[in-house]
Amino acid sequence: MKIGVVTFPGSNSDVDSLNALRVAGVEAVTLWHESPDLGGVSAVILPGGFAYGDYIRAGVIARFSPVMGGIKDFATAGGHVLGICNGFQVLAESGLVPGALLRNRSLRFAGRLVYIKPERLDSPFTHAATGEPLRVPVAHGEGCYYADDATLDQLERDGQVLFRYVHEDAKVASDPDDPANPNGSLRAIAGVCNSAGNVAGLMPHPERMAEEIMGNDGGMQVIRSLVESAAAWEAAGRPIAAAKKTVGVSR
Amino acid sequence: MSEFRYAVNVVPKPGILDPQGRAVELSLPHLNVSTVSRVRVGRRVELTVVANGEPEARAVVDGLAKELLSNPLIEVYAIDLLEATSSAVSAGAAPR
Repeated sequence: MKIGVVTFPGSNSDVDSLNALRVAGVEAVTLWHESPDLGGVSAVILPGGFAYGDYIRAGVIARFSPVMGGIKDFATAGGHVLGICNGFQVLAESGLVPGALLRNRSLRFAGRLVYIKPERLDSPFTHAATGEPLRVPVAHGEGCYYADDATLDQLERDGQVLFRYVHEDAKVASDPDDPANPNGSLRAIAGVCNSAGNVAGLMPHPERMAEEIMGNDGGMQVIRSLVESAAAWEAAGRPIAAAKKTVGVSR
Repeated sequence: MSEFRYAVNVVPKPGILDPQGRAVELSLPHLNVSTVSRVRVGRRVELTVVANGEPEARAVVDGLAKELLSNPLIEVYAIDLLEATSSAVSAGAAPR
């Protein structure tokens, strides 16, 4: 089994993502943005960076790259796709996850450590998490999660909110001006998934906190969740994800 | 065939927080301006389309505005025709 990491022109966290996957013990390969062929990978990470310079809006030009055609088909077929930071912006612009990422409320680039907490532990991207707050870095200028109220209500109702910004004591940073909420995201949303549950995006960088050498390997909980979900998906014969149902390993 | 030059003006949807607009508003007191409000900061894209007529050209721009130049979840756009020129399509005619 191998997991692919897309390299767009301007990606800068692709190597961190490849490294985190290798630390997790899985073969990790680069997927070049100009080819729609995913080479038989069992899951895909869209990494952080500034794909195509983030011109017009972060993620929108990447949306039209050949590799995204392959990823759309892969996601429709039930494959797991995780978008991190710029990868989340690409997924949102592509309509593969709901909502949009606006300019940070502060107008400042947010580059620091934050706490996020998984909202549920039965998703393909969080089932290996402990449920405690994870200390992970953010590095973005456009990470303010936005969707209209009706959509936010629906996402909460259907369990599509995967991560929220929290304080160290796990209290949710629901006020957009709370310093624990680095970008002013509505309802402190740091990560969401699609209705089928197999495509997820989050702004913080778990792959950059995935080794003890970093002083904290909490991010590995997210990476390991993805790796185990990909393995389970392969073992089950690549089942197509059903809307409103997750294909994660519950525990 | 004719050439049509357009401007596509994209601004944040009404009701969506626009931190850039807010930053501009906060700077106004420094300029001793007290009569300006509701600042919205967007982007303007100018482009030229070759088409058989204005409706055909506008349809192309409208498609681009929806798909690429704006995100309908968070932005609205308006298309302005700036200039229309008929260009001779004959051998040797240099594109502008």
